[in-house]
Amino acid sequence: MRVVVDLSRCQGYAQCAFLAPDAFRMHGEEALMYSSNPDDAQRHQVLRAAAACPLQAILVDQLEGRDAPVGTSPS
Amino acid sequence: MSTADTLQGFKRDGRVVIVGASLAGLRAAEALRDEGFTGKLTMIGDELGEPYDRPPLSKQVLTGWVPADGTTLPRRRDIDAEWLLGVPADGLDLANNHVRLADGRTVPFDRMLISTGVRARPWPVEAEAALDGVFVVRTREDAAGLQRAVAAGPSRVLIIGAGFTGSEIASVCRERDIPVTVAELAPSPLVGGLGAMIGEIAADMQRAHGVDLRCGVKVTQLEGDAQGRVRRAHFSDGSTVDADVVVVALGGIRNTEWLRDSGLAVGVWGVACDAGCRAFDLNGLVTDDIFVAGDVARSPNPMYEYRFISLEHWANAVEQAEIAAHNMVSTQANRWPHLSIPTFWSIQFGVNIKSVGVPTYADEVVVTQGSVADHRFVAAYGYQGRVTAAVSFNNAKWLDHYRQLIERAAPFPPPCPTPDQPLDAKPVPVDFPGPTLLAQGATVVVTGHDPGERRVTAMRQHR
Repeated sequence: MRVVVDLSRCQGYAQCAFLAPDAFRMHGEEALMYSSNPDDAQRHQVLRAAAACPLQAILVDQLEGRDAPVGTSPS
Repeated sequence: MSTADTLQGFKRDGRVVIVGASLAGLRAAEALRDEGFTGKLTMIGDELGEPYDRPPLSKQVLTGWVPADGTTLPRRRDIDAEWLLGVPADGLDLANNHVRLADGRTVPFDRMLISTGVRARPWPVEAEAALDGVFVVRTREDAAGLQRAVAAGPSRVLIIGAGFTGSEIASVCRERDIPVTVAELAPSPLVGGLGAMIGEIAADMQRAHGVDLRCGVKVTQLEGDAQGRVRRAHFSDGSTVDADVVVVALGGIRNTEWLRDSGLAVGVWGVACDAGCRAFDLNGLVTDDIFVAGDVARSPNPMYEYRFISLEHWANAVEQAEIAAHNMVSTQANRWPHLSIPTFWSIQFGVNIKSVGVPTYADEVVVTQGSVADHRFVAAYGYQGRVTAAVSFNNAKWLDHYRQLIERAAPFPPPCPTPDQPLDAKPVPVDFPGPTLLAQGATVVVTGHDPGERRVTAMRQHR
């Protein structure tokens, strides 16, 4: 699954690192490191982490594979 | 037919072309559909594959945690676009409203968005840049190559340029206990973006983590062996360093060459546009159909005396994309200005560095709270007695407070908002190398929260 965190919003509350520790980790005191493509098996935890973020800074893919471009399209 | 009818027709079955299919282009496409645009949408990008996120490339990807091809951006919604990928745009014909691709195709449009971003500045000597082991970091292919080289356990990594990207890469290498030399022409790391005081703190941080930091020197030559592998770097002070990996982190070049003959106001600082993301032509006239967003946009910010500012910030790309998309499908009375206070972050040596405002737009800086020695503090930047920016080290929760001070043009130095008032809270000159943004001019304050409500009001200067 695809994840991106708006780190300009993130304030290091670490709720995500608590709820989905395989996808979100604290680096030092308040810096967040995260996996951009956590395993689908973690989907439930990642969605809970996104819902729990006080800044709502975690965006999870709303499409999952649809609407993907397929290389260079013919003209 | 009224203007409103024309606009409704455009929203229903007009043609929008977005040139630059990365963060800004994707978010603009999503916002256009959110705004009710149901016409034809074409995404043009020079890289193959779906839009991906770049900030992790110098962090999670370099550590090996996330694969280089694993940062594809999540989608907020279906955009129902035609994707023309792997071929760069080569020209823009404003008389006939079409984009030319490098393979000769032309793509007509009614309105277009330019979001072609920035590419890495290469090492200037081509033969030396081509040596095995010499890297830049901008694309996922760059990051994949550097990740492999770092994972192979090089004897030493030389990083040329101690800006944010170079410093982040140095940090990752030190975490893996790889010997690192950082060469910087300026007196300290990060000094160009954050000034001398923060630069000295960043220098201490690098040295405390074992970086061989050499400031005030220039790399004059990269030397390779018979196999074409980089082996050694020569410095302007006559010294040398043996390294088998060299990372060139000298910032970016805005991708504007394809617009050279377009008649738009294009230069090394990007494509000039108004606060509503509408491009200016060479005469300084604003265009109706051409919009700009992201790293390649250069727009006036009323908070900073209407100076044209280009920002290579993630949040700026997202915000401008949304403003541009809104204005593309709105009548003149409903256009929004992009009045956001810039925000930026960097993660290095275990410290979360964040900023709000424009730190280069300042004459003084002061530590307002926390402790510099513990690398947990906030520094406020001021210009002519008002707060213009703030930088936090491991103190991000406070930045929103400073953002509000900037929006209100609050007096500088601001009072410490917490009990942890630093002992020596005296403003010092901000001291940037090279030219800065400063001039005399109007001071304004921002009101409103939602993009549709945000406006500025002029105010009197504090001094």
